[in-house]
Amino acid sequence: MIAESLAGRRIAITGSTGFVGTALVERLLRSVPGCELFLIVRGGRRGAPSRVRREILNNDAFDRLRSELKDTAEDFEAMCARRVHAIDGDISVDGLGLSESGRAQLASCHIIIHSAAAVAFDSPLDSAVEVNLLGPVRLAALLNEMHSESAAKPHLVAVSTCYVAGNRRGHAPELLVSEGPFDIGLDWRAEVDSARRLRGDVEAASRTPQALERFRANARRELGAAGAPALAAKTEQLRDKWVENELVRAGRARAASVGWPDAYAFTKALAEQAVFETKGDLPVNVVRPSIIESALAEPRPGWIRGFRMAEPVIISYARGLLREFPGVPEGTIDVIPVDIVVAAIIAVAAKGPEAPFITQVASGSTNPLRYSQLVDNVRDWFTAHPVHDAEGQPIVVPDWNFPGRGRVQKQLDRAQTLVMRGERLLQSLPLRGTQATWSARLEERRIEIQRALEYVELYGLYTECEAIYSVDNLLRIWNELDARDQDTFCFDPRAVSWDHYVQNIHLPSVVEHARVKMTPGKTKTDRSARLRANVLSPNRQVAAFDLENTLIASNVVESYSWLATRHLNGPERMRYVIRTLREAPTLLGMDRKDRGDFLRYFYRRYEDAPVEQIERDAMEMMTHIIVAKSFPAAIRRVREHRALGHRTVLITGALSFNVESLRPLFDEIVAAEMSIRPDGTYSGQLTKVPPTGETRAQVLGEYCDANGYSLDECVAYADSTSDLPLLEAVGHPVAVNPETRLAAIARKRGWLVEEWDKAAGAPKKLLPLAPMLNERQR
Amino acid sequence: MPRPGFVLEVDRSTPPILFWRGENFSLEKLPADRSRVIYAPEPHKVIDDIDGAINHALLNPVDMDPLPTLLVPGMKLTIAFDDISLPLPKMTRPDIRQRIIEAVLDMAAEAGVDDVHIIAALALHRRMTEDELRHQLGDRIYDAFAPRGMLYQHDAEDPDNLALLGETAHGEEVEINKRAAESDLLVYVNINLVAMDGGWKSTATGLASYRSLRHHHNTHTMQNSRSFMDAHKSELHKSNWRMGEVMRKHGPKIFQIETTVNNDTFPKPFDFLAKREWEWNGRDRAKFVAAKAGLNRTPPRMARNIFHGIEAPHNMTSIQCGEVEAVHRLTTENVWKQQLVEVQGQTDILTMGIPFICPYNVNSIMNPILVMCTGLGYFFNLYRGKPLVREGGVVIMTHPTTNEFHPVHHPSYIDFFEQVLTETTVPHELEARFEKQFAQDDWYRHLYRTSYAYHGVHPFYMWYWGSHGLQHCGKVIIVGGDAPTVHRLGFTPASTLNDALEIASDVVGRSPTITHLHTPPLMVADVK
Repeated sequence: MIAESLAGRRIAITGSTGFVGTALVERLLRSVPGCELFLIVRGGRRGAPSRVRREILNNDAFDRLRSELKDTAEDFEAMCARRVHAIDGDISVDGLGLSESGRAQLASCHIIIHSAAAVAFDSPLDSAVEVNLLGPVRLAALLNEMHSESAAKPHLVAVSTCYVAGNRRGHAPELLVSEGPFDIGLDWRAEVDSARRLRGDVEAASRTPQALERFRANARRELGAAGAPALAAKTEQLRDKWVENELVRAGRARAASVGWPDAYAFTKALAEQAVFETKGDLPVNVVRPSIIESALAEPRPGWIRGFRMAEPVIISYARGLLREFPGVPEGTIDVIPVDIVVAAIIAVAAKGPEAPFITQVASGSTNPLRYSQLVDNVRDWFTAHPVHDAEGQPIVVPDWNFPGRGRVQKQLDRAQTLVMRGERLLQSLPLRGTQATWSARLEERRIEIQRALEYVELYGLYTECEAIYSVDNLLRIWNELDARDQDTFCFDPRAVSWDHYVQNIHLPSVVEHARVKMTPGKTKTDRSARLRANVLSPNRQVAAFDLENTLIASNVVESYSWLATRHLNGPERMRYVIRTLREAPTLLGMDRKDRGDFLRYFYRRYEDAPVEQIERDAMEMMTHIIVAKSFPAAIRRVREHRALGHRTVLITGALSFNVESLRPLFDEIVAAEMSIRPDGTYSGQLTKVPPTGETRAQVLGEYCDANGYSLDECVAYADSTSDLPLLEAVGHPVAVNPETRLAAIARKRGWLVEEWDKAAGAPKKLLPLAPMLNERQR
Repeated sequence: MPRPGFVLEVDRSTPPILFWRGENFSLEKLPADRSRVIYAPEPHKVIDDIDGAINHALLNPVDMDPLPTLLVPGMKLTIAFDDISLPLPKMTRPDIRQRIIEAVLDMAAEAGVDDVHIIAALALHRRMTEDELRHQLGDRIYDAFAPRGMLYQHDAEDPDNLALLGETAHGEEVEINKRAAESDLLVYVNINLVAMDGGWKSTATGLASYRSLRHHHNTHTMQNSRSFMDAHKSELHKSNWRMGEVMRKHGPKIFQIETTVNNDTFPKPFDFLAKREWEWNGRDRAKFVAAKAGLNRTPPRMARNIFHGIEAPHNMTSIQCGEVEAVHRLTTENVWKQQLVEVQGQTDILTMGIPFICPYNVNSIMNPILVMCTGLGYFFNLYRGKPLVREGGVVIMTHPTTNEFHPVHHPSYIDFFEQVLTETTVPHELEARFEKQFAQDDWYRHLYRTSYAYHGVHPFYMWYWGSHGLQHCGKVIIVGGDAPTVHRLGFTPASTLNDALEIASDVVGRSPTITHLHTPPLMVADVK
């Protein structure tokens, strides 16, 4: 009967790229062959039809239908071309931002199923309000406007959530919150206004001088001396993130203050109220599912889209990350498979306006899954099928003690503080290479803990929720169905056998989706090898190298010291060393603040140095500073690039005469240039801005432009965050012996990281002084 | 009267035998009744009046007129001398070369010759530092010639300063230093540490270019030099002599000065290292215990400095000069007198302690490739007649063989270890696949010419040097070697000598015969 009553109907669907939406589209296409679908999606850059094809019809949910239609008169593609239409529209804009043709298409629809929502439990308050609360209101208003004249108005089915009932114990009936006993009389319009105002307030707060200074300081701490543009971009990014976080916090706080677990449930509750008040005579029905999880049977057992609520928690537990999770063992965790929800929505749509205003789709009242039962099943399953760590060792899952939320939170808080302190400490140390990756590892650990904390905060409430959602309306519709419909559109929550569902359907699917390691044996990280092959592909055009700590373990101060002490005797050397050591803190501070300023200041020391002598000594210095302290693997890499026909470029703040000996390795050397006085001495002044920070990116860009190369085909090797602009500018960045901050950035962005070291036999000298000459040699 | 070389049959009363292990050593007990130890002859007596002997030789050359008669005003005179690879360890000052060159310069000055160049015959070795040149030639020569650019080092990669003299009947190009080639007289000052040195090899190798050297520094030549210490059976020798023929026809007049030194290798307090163990007295034993305990606690870097600081008491035992081939015949005889030890029959296992030094790591690091070359190249080839170890037998070396290279001296060795040995350790294969690329590399060339690096192709030559040994032996084991590094070389690491003997039993059975080459001091086994 359902299929027949929907035959010839035109059904518009919002949120079809989501979990429920995709399942709904699939089910309607497969089980209601007579209907036509109009999918309202945000077109974005690619356009709505393309998004429908790529993000919906290409999902593996459609595999079953695709194979069923294979070798029939009309295959899947042809059927979709006939029955599926894309409408470019945005639920967070008044009138949905529809075009004329889009309006016409929507106006022609008989049924509108609204399943779009900001489902993230931690969305910022204002966007939750715009999408969840105002979305259905806008849709209802638009439909009313389009059909103001006609008598036959389309039927709106809005998908909500059981959790609109809020934090309560006991029976939760299929009623509007305002009709229940716990209503506190909230005005949804006032909430909308205040949420919008809040966005403005938070934005304003983020722009106060104090706040901006704080963001700037944090950006500097994260990036170091990366140059003004990079710092500016990072500062703005931090500000944006802060605004988002504030709004998320505000949403959670507001929801909690009026009795909802989070902004999602809160805004959904208000939405029901708002639609009810503004719908006029538009026929509207609301379907409230509880926690939607993987499919019981349709389109195939275990089908799931996206990483959903329980999955991250389950995977964190299986990976040994989350050792405990709050919850009441005898509490009910109200899970419902997605295909049951979809079937219920279709049944409500088929029944039309005479269906009950609210239908809850939940399992708690008729076929409850106890929290302890879920936990036992999860533990048993992962004991039998353990996840393996990177070493290939199985991870033993811990026993669950059902601790209170406070205790778990305190544990995680403590761990987080500890890890954060360690991270701060590491970042403040001048570490490189392997040590620097400790910090990256700590950061990963911190993010894991943070995520676990979020789960506990967000989902903990759900596991502690002891509300029982009644499904009287749902069962009434179920009982009215004939046997064929009951078979095709099963939405009876009592049909689920939880042990079977959790162990044989849900967990295998979750594990597959999370792509966790389920087999023993060491994982071979061929990522570096792959990236390296990519960097050394013949298609690359230019390889740019930084000098200090990328090619050699030395710096401008060392080369200066070497040259300066070359002709000094014992006592003079002593004086030089003491003087330099005394100045060291000042120099270090300057270098941290601005590399360019430091170089200019430092190079003043070359003033009055005779050019001829320096050039002669620089040749000898090549052996003692450059070759002796070079990284053989780095030099090898430069030559590999040359052998592949790539142009090699050295970009360094060192003085040109100090790197002259590296000439045979590079097609182009961009270094600091010092002017020479007519009397054959150095002036101590640079002829142009030394290539540091963002100037490096610019220099490379200019080189590429001048020679017809593309930055996307460039490889850049550098060691510190001050080179970030250069690394970001090229298509193939490589972090060499990265300092702590760069190591973290490289890890996050998936850049190739090389650990290059001096030759094991390299001389180890405490001070970079030239070997002492005897009286005769001097 | 110094005692001749000696082969000790090990029995149950034989004390443990000294094995070198790089910058350290150990005493190892060899299995009784099937082991023997070969000791070098004791050091021959040094000439009392060295300066007198030099003068006498210069005035009484072999098959040539006395040196003063060859010197005329306005002539171009070039003096070439052996570089830092000889002798080992370095000699206490004054070096023989200083004494000889000073004598030659005195005669030249007397004859009114003022166009004199002094050239270090580096071939493809690293350039010497000022300190090293001053050690070899003395401050007087250095200060008089170096600042005026008349004392310098041969540059095998300077196209403007090479001269092609012609080709041998085998098509081998002879290209040497241009100044030497265009001189009216080339005086070559040699130190003949082993029988391979000297003769035409002094000029045809020491002053040659890569183009010329590649004809005899290759797998084919080395595998057909059995051994390269024995001129009659050495393809290396033959090739150099063919080139000598070309030099004789088209090259400069050569006045060859060859010297031999005795094998008095270690000064006090290290003199016990050259003694036969059963003759160690209480003091020797105490010195050994103290040295070992000290070295075990010394960082390798510091131990290296201590050992490379050793200046050997060895000195001149003979000097002969004149026509190259005639001189070299005399020199070789004198070398044999000092070094030859008669040994009856081959052995299943040859053991050798690899010391801290070889010709290519003076003031530098004995890297893994040099360990291979010292063991399978030099020590394996210290034979005349037949190799000490039977074909298919086992060579056991003792050395720490760490993955350590001198970045300035051996840059191409590092890449050879990382890029070539990871692909293959078969000499002719790596020669065919990789030699050219390393030999013609601009960066190595730059470092060879302007810094202190061995030529890019040099690690290949080291590998070829060991190719006869590689081909001959069934297995090579390095006791105490760093396992990954030894594996990279294609050898087997073992932690103790006993483990090594166990490992060797797969190849040579449970009771093999063992021969230990007790060197340094240097010797050559005359295997009957």
